[in-house]
Amino acid sequence: MRHARSLEWIYARFAEILLLLHPFWNAVGYSRAEMPMAFIEKNVKGFMFDCRMCGQCILSSTGMSCPMNCPKQLRNGPCGGVRANGNCEVEPDMPCVWVKAWQGTQLMRDSAAILSVQKPVDHTLRGRSAWLRVTQIAAAQNDDNGSML
Amino acid sequence: MNSPPRQSDENPLGAHLPLDPLPGHSSRGRLERILKRGEFAVTAELNPPDSANAQDVYERAAIFDGWVDGINAVDASGANCHMSSMGICALLTRMGYAPIMQIACRDRNRIAIQGDVLGAAAMGVSNILCLTGDGVQAGDQPGAKPVFDFDSMSLLETIRIMREEERFLSGRKLSTPPAVFLGAAINPFAPPFDFRPLRLAKKVAAGAQFVQSQYCFDVPMLKEYMKRVRDMGLHEKCFILVGVGPLASARTARWIRSNVPGVHIPDMVISRLEGAEKQKEEGKRLCIDIINEVKEIEGVSGIHVMAYRQEEYVAEIIHESQVLKGRRPWRREPGPDDALVAERLDHILESPSERPVDMVKEAPGRDGRIPS
Repeated sequence: MRHARSLEWIYARFAEILLLLHPFWNAVGYSRAEMPMAFIEKNVKGFMFDCRMCGQCILSSTGMSCPMNCPKQLRNGPCGGVRANGNCEVEPDMPCVWVKAWQGTQLMRDSAAILSVQKPVDHTLRGRSAWLRVTQIAAAQNDDNGSML
Repeated sequence: MNSPPRQSDENPLGAHLPLDPLPGHSSRGRLERILKRGEFAVTAELNPPDSANAQDVYERAAIFDGWVDGINAVDASGANCHMSSMGICALLTRMGYAPIMQIACRDRNRIAIQGDVLGAAAMGVSNILCLTGDGVQAGDQPGAKPVFDFDSMSLLETIRIMREEERFLSGRKLSTPPAVFLGAAINPFAPPFDFRPLRLAKKVAAGAQFVQSQYCFDVPMLKEYMKRVRDMGLHEKCFILVGVGPLASARTARWIRSNVPGVHIPDMVISRLEGAEKQKEEGKRLCIDIINEVKEIEGVSGIHVMAYRQEEYVAEIIHESQVLKGRRPWRREPGPDDALVAERLDHILESPSERPVDMVKEAPGRDGRIPS
């Protein structure tokens, strides 16, 4: 979490690059890119964030602390059971994911992102690449905006 | 007492008749009415029985008669198995009590929960408290599968969507939406402290209309929290009920502190109990002292009394702290389907019903012949 700010920057740039590659993804086909991309994403994020591949990444709203590692998989903030030392109620030796998230958020530029209410997890997206999904949605939005102009 | 005092918001045709929701109200419930007209509300927690006997629930609820505005039916609190909140609410609404049904996200997924919300509202439950729920490791069945399909926030939002947009989360239409007053829990006494008021703001945004707090034994800490809550104007958007309760002894206090997740008990409280001759008496005294301090805090709209296994003290505590200011909460509240039940009651009581003994007489024997 100490690197939350730099990670936020890298993530933003990375998203831009992926978006620039949209014609490429389109040519290959998003569904065909899915498998290799999910593989890369799983390994990179697995190594960096202990990612659980929920397929709907919200790291940028949670101070770069993966909420799927919370034993209750809470996506909207800490439960009331956080121990006085900031550790988890369920696993006494693990620091609370959301205490970390709150610390990470303080370092980030967009520190208000943690305040938005997150939707419940869509389990049909499990194991799929969140990067591609976000890129596809952003590209579709760009297209919409373009056609309106 | 001959008749209950006339309340300003009772049905003009008689207090025994159900009310339509008042303008701007989302439920028919008395808790919402009490809070919205600015009274200091009192709720209490019913200790759920480990039995299949309706009488157990009725007895435990009768202790609160005339003292509380709502009775919390807990949903396997502490992840310990008890009679379900749904079952308790079915019995309580049948007797005209005003239950606050708790829903924890630990045990059921979104399909089960949305169905339960409709069922509960149909039975006459007017208040639902949305909780994340304690982890399964805390209870008597640590091997259970934790569900946590929703979290408290998305649960709040889902029920609000059902009520206001008259649809399931999936988008399918509801022909009658659940008219419920939505609540949530807060714990100002657990880290990260800076985030706690913001989390309340999030819950309000998701649909919380009232909140009940975890046990408060540290009033200065609560005051600090409330100050930030007032600065954010949250006390005007949502009613805040502070959780209080008597500690039976210094030993119980120590046990709770180390075994119940999320309860913060300062050393000062424990030493005060230890120093007393009658610890149980002192625990009650301490609870009343805390209530007297808490009720003066700006933005606090009521208290939530959790007197686990000391329910018989609730009336005393409420009486001695004088939080009701002479008000006597209604004992019985008519349900929307009462008229329907009453209409059928004669039929149920008078028409001959089938008893097992008669059925045996008429059943064919082993030889396949019907006895004459």
